[in-house]
Amino acid sequence: MAPPSTLPTGVPGDLPDPASGGVQQLLSADDVTRVVDRIAHQLIERAASSTSSGDGLADLVLIGIPTRGAPLARRLAARIQAFTGAWVDVGTVDITLYRDDLRTRGVRALEDTRLPDAGIDGRLVVLVDDVLFSGRSVRAALDGLRDVGRPRAVQLAVLVDRGHRELPIKADFVGKNVPTARSQQVKVRLVEVDGVDGVTITGGADQ
Amino acid sequence: MKRHLLEASDLDRADATLVLDTAAQIESALAGREVKKLPTLRGRTVVNLFFEDSTRTRISFELAAKRLSADVINFSAKGSSVSKGESLKDTALTLEAMGADGIVVRHGASGAPHRLATWVQGSVVNAGDGTHEHPTQALLDAYTIRRRLGRLEGVTVVLTGDVLHSRVARSNVWLLHTLGAEVTLVAPPTLLPVGVGSWPVSVSYDLDAVLPHADVVMMLRVQAERMNASFFPSAREYSRRYGLDPDRMARMADHAIVMHPGPMNRGMEIAAEVADSPRSTIVEQVGNGVSVRMAVLYLLLGGPA
Repeated sequence: MAPPSTLPTGVPGDLPDPASGGVQQLLSADDVTRVVDRIAHQLIERAASSTSSGDGLADLVLIGIPTRGAPLARRLAARIQAFTGAWVDVGTVDITLYRDDLRTRGVRALEDTRLPDAGIDGRLVVLVDDVLFSGRSVRAALDGLRDVGRPRAVQLAVLVDRGHRELPIKADFVGKNVPTARSQQVKVRLVEVDGVDGVTITGGADQ
Repeated sequence: MKRHLLEASDLDRADATLVLDTAAQIESALAGREVKKLPTLRGRTVVNLFFEDSTRTRISFELAAKRLSADVINFSAKGSSVSKGESLKDTALTLEAMGADGIVVRHGASGAPHRLATWVQGSVVNAGDGTHEHPTQALLDAYTIRRRLGRLEGVTVVLTGDVLHSRVARSNVWLLHTLGAEVTLVAPPTLLPVGVGSWPVSVSYDLDAVLPHADVVMMLRVQAERMNASFFPSAREYSRRYGLDPDRMARMADHAIVMHPGPMNRGMEIAAEVADSPRSTIVEQVGNGVSVRMAVLYLLLGGPA
């Protein structure tokens, strides 16, 4: 599916008009770009302060959680390189085989798992995902990471934090905090996957 | 996907591709890891029910299930109550009562897994039944071809040898056909089954004529244990006409690969130099078997019971 990219709002054409109720835009395409830039700057700052040598970016690994965390991680790395000139290692960890809802929701196709050649042992891993909701995906990703190495520390960066955590998990870098009702749906679209950038929220706002 | 994997035709093209893609993802997810274990089937029980001898298939299924954290029970007919005369059905019901989620079965009788599937709640995977089918072998062969040649669509596969007794050949014919490959069977007429005319294959009696056009040459084992009649005059004559020796291998296309499901009769259907050559995928096939069986077990047992 590739919605027309000419829509200035970044809202795909296959959705109802935001004004008609139902779908509400949280972030436009430009907003997404700005938020990614901001998180990239925060990562640079955090990395610089986290090691005494000041070489924190070499220590950093961005690990995207498929589907949309993977392109987000690559974008963050590209922006960090644009701002500092330093290349940051990027990878993805598919969490499907670590999920706790396979038995209730059924099996699904797996996605890529790719780790940097240098591995993750002793390094600062920042997990990257599009939406932080129950926290179960992050738990699955933490379990997955444990099997591939022992990072010095693991942090979490998300584009949108929509609340309703079911586990004691908290993001270190948040693009936008959005109060939501549990029944609502937050949908992140990225050019790499959906052909368009933007974040929308669907469903009634009543609790 | 269907609940059981009893024969290659249980998989349509989408299912078969899903199994191969899943196997590839599992392989890359586990590559280079110290802990080659996934928690996916924790708390599920897989029974390996083997009424016939097997080395690689049983070990491969056992390893696949253990890497997915399932509990594995190995059952072989020798040393079990089967030797006291217990029937397949009673054995199945016993395993059912013990809560088996998946039953991997090998049996000397064609169709035994189909009967079993009607008696139990769990998923049944056919690990070879008589001269009928061996679907996971075909899946790992397809996976190996796709990995080596990059595709299956339009690939020409020459299957040579004892097609009559080969469950590997039957499963490969159907699966490769589903996935868009062209299959040519080469064997002496006595080792081709009646009704081969209705299969989606071409048939030849002359290996030398088809070799130059093959992308894949798959050698089948001459199954001495099922040779209850004179299918060919002598082993030596069979080997000279249908064996893959270095001379014949030299006439294959440069990119073509040699496969064998094992166990091999070196010097009979395949020469040692050929089996050990870089074109041979025989050892690779064994490794790929674990990834493919993990994919099958995940897709059949990972979801709701």
